[in-house]
Amino acid sequence: MSNSKEWPLWEVFIRGQHGMSHRHVGSLHATDAEHAIKNARDVYTRRNEGVSIWVVQAKDIAASSPSDKGPLFEPASDKIYRHPTFYDIPDEAGNM
Amino acid sequence: MYAQQVKSTGKKVVSLEEMSPADRDFQERINRGEKIEPKDYMPAAYRTNLIRQIGQHAHSEIVGQLPEGNWITRAPTLERKANLLAKVQDEAGHGLYLYCAAETLGVTRDEMFEMLHEGKMKYSSIFNYPTLTWADMGAVGWLVDGAAIMNQVPLQRTSYGPYARAMVRICKEESFHQRQGYHIMIKMAKEGTEDQKRMAQDALNRFWYPALMMFGPSDNDSVHSAQSMAWKIKMNTNDELRQKFVDETVPQAAYLGLTIPDENLQWNAETEQYDYSEPDWNEFHDVISGNGPCNTERLGARRKAWDDGAWVREAMMAHAEKKAQRKAALG
Repeated sequence: MSNSKEWPLWEVFIRGQHGMSHRHVGSLHATDAEHAIKNARDVYTRRNEGVSIWVVQAKDIAASSPSDKGPLFEPASDKIYRHPTFYDIPDEAGNM
Repeated sequence: MYAQQVKSTGKKVVSLEEMSPADRDFQERINRGEKIEPKDYMPAAYRTNLIRQIGQHAHSEIVGQLPEGNWITRAPTLERKANLLAKVQDEAGHGLYLYCAAETLGVTRDEMFEMLHEGKMKYSSIFNYPTLTWADMGAVGWLVDGAAIMNQVPLQRTSYGPYARAMVRICKEESFHQRQGYHIMIKMAKEGTEDQKRMAQDALNRFWYPALMMFGPSDNDSVHSAQSMAWKIKMNTNDELRQKFVDETVPQAAYLGLTIPDENLQWNAETEQYDYSEPDWNEFHDVISGNGPCNTERLGARRKAWDDGAWVREAMMAHAEKKAQRKAALG
């Protein structure tokens, strides 16, 4: 392997046309934030996919671990009363 | 196709009962259609195989720019030039999506480049054929991108999340590539002069069998398929996809008034598909092992771009570091 220093990895988030939140679209290599935005524009918005770009260095993202899946997410699965369909409303009451 | 001959362990597929508990759990997730994500448990062989496959796929996109780049400055009109530039730029983008997907498996992009340049990783055999006339830009878009789409559409459902997501983006963009190629063929073969028709037929003659080779060796000789299919990193067999490609392409050639260079090509009413001649597999093995018409030239161009660009990569990094230091000093 060469001694050349690899450019850091950045994660790219794009806001689409229609008022949606920024969404993760992929990653790329760049030397700094300004360069990352320029590259993101070329790599991820060649077809009008976005109106705004966020970039963040991949190493700065904190993520939950796959082994935490149970403790984190299972408690929600038996709380079906958090969904509107849990409640039966008679048709006579009209649209709700 | 873009990953034609991904070497695997070559061992037979292990049954669920014979697996370790972790591997069984992993296989059952795949069987249920769950996506595997970068930090999830995966068997070492799954990781290694995927790096080879995605890497080979990425390299094909990058090397695939070269045969078409050859014609950018000589495109017949400004519009065709703009089309071709956009297509080649897409190939660069596709390569980058795929390198990033591979990087989530713990290999770096520089390492993959170096393995390509040292001949330790492969790219699709198709890009080792020369593009001799403008009609080749039509044939490449129509046949090569057509074959690529055939292979990539099912890979959108592949088991590895980052790979599947990259494939979704790529498939969205790829259709334009095939259509612009077919459009060139229409102009030349249907609406062109006698000379242009001859050029279009000649391009089809030269690219037909290399395009069939893109799907990889015949199923009988493909030792790596079974495990990859169990892992859902390969969704169809090579022969299934090749057949599908032939069945879709034959009517397209007929529309253009071109003849597919295969005397044995005929509709089989019983199987409801076309019978066709297999490509010359000796040629395929020659090309993929480095002895095709353009292997030396293609790898040479890649190595030169990498070496000549080294000072730019280093200078940009040094500049960014200096800027960061200055900013830190200013508080």
